[in-house]
Amino acid sequence: MKGSVRFENVTKTFGDVVALKPLSLDIAPGTLVTLLGPSGCGKTTTLRLIAGLESASTGRILIGGEDVTHLSATYRRVSMVFQSYALFPHMTVLENVGYGLSVKGLPRAEIRDRAEAGLETVGLKGFGARLPSELSGGQQQRVAVARAIVLEPEVLLLDEPLSNLDAKLRRHVREEIRQIQQRLGLTAVYVTHDQEEAMAVSDRIIVMRNAEIAQEGSPHDLYDRPANGFIADFIGDANLIEVSVLNSADSTDIALGNRRLTLPLRGASQGPARLVLRPHHLRLAAEPAPDRIPAEVTSAAWLGNSVQYLLSSEMGTLFAITDPRAQAFRRGDTVHLTFDPADLRLVPA
Amino acid sequence: MRRTAGLWLLIGLLGYALLPWYMVSGGFWSFGWLFRPEEETRSALVWAASSRPWLWLPLAGFVPAALALGLARAPLALARGLVASGALGLALMAAQGLIILGNGTRFGMMAGETQPGMGAGALVVASALLFLLTTGISGLGRGRGDAFLTGMIGAIVALVGVFVFYPMTFILIRAFELKGGAGLGLSEFLPRFLSPEIWSPACLTGLGNCGAALNSLLLGLATATGTTVLGLAFALIFTRTDFRAKRLLRVLTILPIITPPFVIGLALILLFGRAGTITEFFADAFGWEKTRWLYGFWGVWLAQMLSFTPIAFLVLIGVVEGVSPSMEEASQTLDADRWQTFRLISLPLMRPGLANAFLLGFIESLADFGNPLVLGGNFNVLSTEIYFAIVGTVADPAHAAILSMILLSLTLGAFLAQRRWLGRKNYATVTGKGDSGRNAALNDGLRWACYALALPWAAFTLILYALIVFGSFVKLWGYDHTLTFEHYSRAFGIVLRNGIHFTGSGWDSFFTTLTIAAIAAPLTAAVGLATAYLLVRQKFTGKDAFEFSTMLSFAIPGTVIGVAYVMAFNFPPIELTGTGLILIIVFIFRNMPVGVRGGIAAMSQLDRSLDEASITLGASSATTLRRVILPLMGPAILAALTYAFVRAITSVSAVIFLVSARYNMATSFIVGRVENGEYGIAIAYATVLIFTMLTAILALQLIIGRRRLRRADRIDTQ
Repeated sequence: MKGSVRFENVTKTFGDVVALKPLSLDIAPGTLVTLLGPSGCGKTTTLRLIAGLESASTGRILIGGEDVTHLSATYRRVSMVFQSYALFPHMTVLENVGYGLSVKGLPRAEIRDRAEAGLETVGLKGFGARLPSELSGGQQQRVAVARAIVLEPEVLLLDEPLSNLDAKLRRHVREEIRQIQQRLGLTAVYVTHDQEEAMAVSDRIIVMRNAEIAQEGSPHDLYDRPANGFIADFIGDANLIEVSVLNSADSTDIALGNRRLTLPLRGASQGPARLVLRPHHLRLAAEPAPDRIPAEVTSAAWLGNSVQYLLSSEMGTLFAITDPRAQAFRRGDTVHLTFDPADLRLVPA
Repeated sequence: MRRTAGLWLLIGLLGYALLPWYMVSGGFWSFGWLFRPEEETRSALVWAASSRPWLWLPLAGFVPAALALGLARAPLALARGLVASGALGLALMAAQGLIILGNGTRFGMMAGETQPGMGAGALVVASALLFLLTTGISGLGRGRGDAFLTGMIGAIVALVGVFVFYPMTFILIRAFELKGGAGLGLSEFLPRFLSPEIWSPACLTGLGNCGAALNSLLLGLATATGTTVLGLAFALIFTRTDFRAKRLLRVLTILPIITPPFVIGLALILLFGRAGTITEFFADAFGWEKTRWLYGFWGVWLAQMLSFTPIAFLVLIGVVEGVSPSMEEASQTLDADRWQTFRLISLPLMRPGLANAFLLGFIESLADFGNPLVLGGNFNVLSTEIYFAIVGTVADPAHAAILSMILLSLTLGAFLAQRRWLGRKNYATVTGKGDSGRNAALNDGLRWACYALALPWAAFTLILYALIVFGSFVKLWGYDHTLTFEHYSRAFGIVLRNGIHFTGSGWDSFFTTLTIAAIAAPLTAAVGLATAYLLVRQKFTGKDAFEFSTMLSFAIPGTVIGVAYVMAFNFPPIELTGTGLILIIVFIFRNMPVGVRGGIAAMSQLDRSLDEASITLGASSATTLRRVILPLMGPAILAALTYAFVRAITSVSAVIFLVSARYNMATSFIVGRVENGEYGIAIAYATVLIFTMLTAILALQLIIGRRRLRRADRIDTQ
């Protein structure tokens, strides 16, 4: 189908280095899918394989249902927005945006019209005569997007498009990119190492680690049903606590040290496991109680919209985030922790 | 792939059937052959059908390609057919060419048959076969499936193979040749190779002259040490002091590049020779004996120091600037003083760069031909011995080949050492990140030491050049100092009578030199930059070997190349001696490494994502090269063009073997004058060359530099 991307057991090796273990994925047309992962996980390699900038060592790549494994980047109907923008410094903004059209040999008037329309789409009407060096970082970024979309590609690839922007601008530009993608109904593949960015823009996220897919799903899926400790920690921070599952039927009994807890979860396998405890699910109280776990505050940081604590407890070091309006503690204070078992998740040890 | 392959098949078949297969007299481009339907202009097809049936072989090479194009549906099958076609065709062509020569055949096959050197038809057929091969390889998925890239790689590999490696094999073979054409063997090679003429250490013990190899080695070490020390002093003054006349120092770095060989040697003779000004002065004033000390080790060493110090300077400027200011600032905040910082931080960081400059000086000294020829006297070095073995009264190609082998091993050894040993230790501390600190200034002691070492030397160099210009205007240096234009009018006289007549004896070689340099320069730049593009931007199997082989010709001394070309291209299948073409080719492959290096440096600064952006936007590699990379490489192209042009004018070592009566070059004309003792004309000619080259450099700057100006204007107006 037009705009779909499919990998069938694609691998990539550079000499002895395995950049991608056998990878299969399907990207539905019109969706924005993020490849998320720490540096060196293979996400950029995957993107470059779609673009045709790298060739697969084995396996098949299909774009729009057509086998493009051996098709060079020139002839693939995809365009890419680069981390460094890669605007041609010797061409004006309009020439940059019209470049793809002009190498196709379209008539000049059409190139100009379509390039100007592209600039309008990204809100840069009237900037066509400038050189890229005369634009701000955010504007250059949008020129790069315009240059990629005027070709009406089947797939738009974005390689960490926001990493050279400052934090404030980043949120703004990522919204714009998302709007343009939805308005034009483009299939987009977006690479980032920033999980918040990924959560904000994606229809679906593919988390990669060590040259393979760690888990894929909607942002909500990944947060709520992490497949393993890595995902739990990578998507939205987590305290991972060693526990053992005693039995599991309609609910699950676990042993946390010498405590017993019952979680409203089904079908966990018996034996060692890890408990996912989100920092903001921890509540801190000054008074002790039988079901509360005592801990000592080893550091406290007040960030305005939240307070972040590092706590030392029988479960090891815990990270907690609380509302600034809640009771404040200082280093050295003893606190007593509670949490709602319904918020807890189990992942394999 | 199908279209590209079809096109090359068609071109190949047309070349086979229509173009003259062998070299035509008068040159292909004269087109005189069109009107002479004689035997020499027959195409391969005609020859094969009449008297030379082995010329069916190249045609056989096209068969698999034609079959694959006609029958194969699957791209992979087609690609395999093309690869088979190209490989088979090239192998058959090479076989018939190498077996059946102008004066008979090799290996006793097809005895009695002869054929002349290959010509235009053969070139077209070979190219077509090569590109069928590379198109096929791209079809197998190599080079990201880009036929343009694989074609470019194939073309460069083929060119380097034919014009660097092929001739070099002749050196190897001829070195083992037995007297009287009795074949090959070790019986004569060993005694000649080990002869005291080459290896004698007598000069070390004061008992006579050393062998040529030892002389070359000692000279190389002395020159390399001297130029590195002086070059470092200059570089430190240039980058780490507030010395006022830095521009003047810059000029000093350009001088040796535009100086024809011999000029420095001649100037030294005019100063320190038996009748030299300074010799005379000391003889008159202090009654010192006039000696011939200049003609020997010290004279050659002095001339080489003058010639190559600026090169070391140029290299070391980059090295000294490459030491990151933040390292030095860190050292100073740790309470080291300036001398300690220099000794403990900066100098160790420069060490690989210094070693690089040393090896470069060593290679240059060994390859140097002009200075030892003029000043050597009884001090024999390898490069001049090779020359005399070829052009001397008793021509002895086997001896020349043995000497070439030794010289080549020395320079290659240095080249390999440079790559092996320095390649790993790269302390370059310049990163892409802006380094805002300031380099530490030198402490006083070191600064004055540098001044004391470098400034008198700079003054000496400048005086020498002034004398060269002056010397071209005096009647007979040392004897008759009347000013005269006589030398200029003899070499460059013009008579205006019924039009302009260039009557001067130098005009012929002057025009030939300019023409050939002008043709060679853009080709050199193109090959060099194309290679750089492949090395920096593309990944392919065997890239390391590819890089090594393209840089190799840098380590091959000119004399060795010259001898190898004479041996390889004097008879079929590739018979080029006596043509202008061989001069152009020798310049391209001699000067290509510098284009490659410049191109690599310039291209490394262009972010790779620029090409990738262009390619993902639907541009082909060729379009990307033309519209994105080349426009951004203006200065590098300019440098490569200038360098290639100037080197083609000043080169002598390889050229001197390859010039002919019809294509005489300026430098070999000057050699002739020097050998006749006509120093006046030689110097006048050299002066004209220097000013010609300066003009050319400025003109190129203006032409190519203007585009950058316009861009700057545009930035300013908005």
